[in-house]
Amino acid sequence: MQTYRTDGLTALADPTRRAIFERLADRPRAVGELASELPVSRPAVSQHLKVLKDARLVVDERVGTRRIYQLDPDGLAVLRGYLDHFWDQALAGYKTAVEQQTKESS
Amino acid sequence: MSTQASETSVHNSIVVEAPIERAFSVFTDGFGSFKPPEHNLLDVEIAETVFEPRVGGHLYDRGVDGSECRWARVLAFEPPNRVVFSWDISPRWQIETDLDKTSEVEVRFIAEAPDRTRVELEHRNLDRHGEGWEAARDGVGGDQGWPLYLDRFAGQLAV
Repeated sequence: MQTYRTDGLTALADPTRRAIFERLADRPRAVGELASELPVSRPAVSQHLKVLKDARLVVDERVGTRRIYQLDPDGLAVLRGYLDHFWDQALAGYKTAVEQQTKESS
Repeated sequence: MSTQASETSVHNSIVVEAPIERAFSVFTDGFGSFKPPEHNLLDVEIAETVFEPRVGGHLYDRGVDGSECRWARVLAFEPPNRVVFSWDISPRWQIETDLDKTSEVEVRFIAEAPDRTRVELEHRNLDRHGEGWEAARDGVGGDQGWPLYLDRFAGQLAV
């Protein structure tokens, strides 16, 4: 039922991938467009898109000879990535709070 | 800290060096002491975060100007073992008033030793927020949609 896999957070930790992701949030784009807008090569953009696709943050569609990428419409992976990080931070803060109080009261 | 993920839920857990009763009371009564500061839907700074310790109660933030934001409902309150609350925040970072479109958070406290407690958290039914994503994608766009969310997301990643 539960499986480990590349989650949205890991995929978006890379600044270039985040830049690609934010551009796709603006509107769907082809690989060539992204490569021309960013200081990375076309093969590198393709690699980054593959990671984003594996994390289910983006989907692609063939239009004629081009492949157009856009954000995954259901956005679930993004929400999960956000909340995963949120609770990670909250629980780390919680651990500090609970152990501090325990020490002070003992 | 460990993290696990399924399609529609997020799982996190942590072990704290404290008795189960204290672990429970700090999580609930002290929620405002560890909640990440960017978790704020008010226009002003938060003066206090209140976790009402009963089923039917709310989690809410009170701003320094007296304004309030109720962003969760307490669905189960069973000290010192378990607490469940709703997550009434839409993907567009607004209070969700349609309760069918809210997710929920279950927190379980398990005594591993007299002074050690494992805390397991599950945030589930995330798919219920689905229509919010579509609205954010199709519509309004701009500051109301993805970009707002991404700013927040990127801000957290940069921490």
